[in-house]
Amino acid sequence: MISAGTRPRLAAKARLRWDRKAERWMLLYPERGLVLNPTAADVVQLCTGEHTVDAIVEKLAEKYTTQTRDALEQEILTFLGRLAERGLVSDHGE
Amino acid sequence: MSEDTTAPRPYTLVAELTYRCPLRCPYCSNPTDWARRDDALTTEDWLRIFREAEDLGVVQLNLTGGEPLVRDDLEQLVEGARALDLYTNLITSAIPLTRARLAGLAARGLNNVQISIQDVTRDASDRIAGLASFDRKLEAARWVKELGLPLTVNTVLHRDNLDRVVEVVALAETLSADRLELANTQYLGWALRNRAQLLPTREQLAGAREVARAARTRLKGRMEVLFVTPDYYAEFPKSCMDGWGRRFLVVSPDGLVLPCHVAHTLPGLTFDNAKTASLGDIWRGSPALNAFRGEAWMPEPCRSCDRRTLDFGGCRCQAYHLTGDAAATDPVCSLSPHHGVIDAAVAAAPGATPRAFEYRAR
Repeated sequence: MISAGTRPRLAAKARLRWDRKAERWMLLYPERGLVLNPTAADVVQLCTGEHTVDAIVEKLAEKYTTQTRDALEQEILTFLGRLAERGLVSDHGE
Repeated sequence: MSEDTTAPRPYTLVAELTYRCPLRCPYCSNPTDWARRDDALTTEDWLRIFREAEDLGVVQLNLTGGEPLVRDDLEQLVEGARALDLYTNLITSAIPLTRARLAGLAARGLNNVQISIQDVTRDASDRIAGLASFDRKLEAARWVKELGLPLTVNTVLHRDNLDRVVEVVALAETLSADRLELANTQYLGWALRNRAQLLPTREQLAGAREVARAARTRLKGRMEVLFVTPDYYAEFPKSCMDGWGRRFLVVSPDGLVLPCHVAHTLPGLTFDNAKTASLGDIWRGSPALNAFRGEAWMPEPCRSCDRRTLDFGGCRCQAYHLTGDAAATDPVCSLSPHHGVIDAAVAAAPGATPRAFEYRAR
């Protein structure tokens, strides 16, 4: 379960890749890939196990100023929840 | 992986490095005449093919066969794929593998290892593989995890193991697999020859499907559980390869550029060879790759069917091998005028007199 205190870390099976054909980020894993929007790509790059979700929201709130912080947090939690369901991120703990 | 465009763009290159394999599975997806096809491509050919594929948009690379480990240049190929930032998946029987070789492949940037396990007991698994191999497969699967690589377990399902899917899931869990492919047999090539011995009952399939569904829910976030549709028992066909020449590129050991593993068994189509032309030119211009793209080739009932953008008319190879016409609607479709051949096969199979498998030739 992903919450504000989770320290998400990208799973070994997942790799971020720039798709130069379509100029977008993709998250690749066995036999599959997810197309990421710019916010999602930024989130994945911060899934190192060091940062809490809260800290990730904080960092990205400075960049994505057209959204309220609450809306951004909701978007990020939803996205990370989807990744966790696919085993693409896990909680790195304290 | 595709959502915003209908233009053909390959995302996955299936590199069939060789048709040679130590196993003799009676449902092998290699063509039945595999032994007459040489490993014609050199290391340099494959590295060029990877570069040209990446240039076309490929991001996933499946190194498969046959058994890709029988090639001694696999290390160079993995290194080349890594330099192109391809997500590289080794699809293997695990038989020729050593721990040292696997460590070397991991160090060169291999991303995932997929090991086939034919059944859950030594006797049953070895019987299908045609070789004492079960123990070595389990050992290799443990090495994969010890070396920090993700593991996919692939089990092909058929009459003799469909009642043991609970045990297949348990075995994959024991091995800490990241992904389990429960792949119902696709009845082409060797599997078509052995169809009467392999086809399950509807009850077996319903049970296995339920087991897979429960496992998927229970293991969410830990192990991905895939249940590949048993299309003989489905109402509509699969979108075979996500559509002909649309998302997948297959290069055979003899260099043919194909839309799927067995398209070179279709008569009347001449596939171009990657040895003599660039992948880009072939992808765009090959008459064989263009033969079943789009909708112009479709007969009725596909042509006016709402599902034509979902399943692309199904599998061309299945259409040919079961109706004699590669441009027919896939006969597994309940709307196909040829659907009776599927009903007849399904009805006849479970009562068929047991016969020995016709094993894949060595």
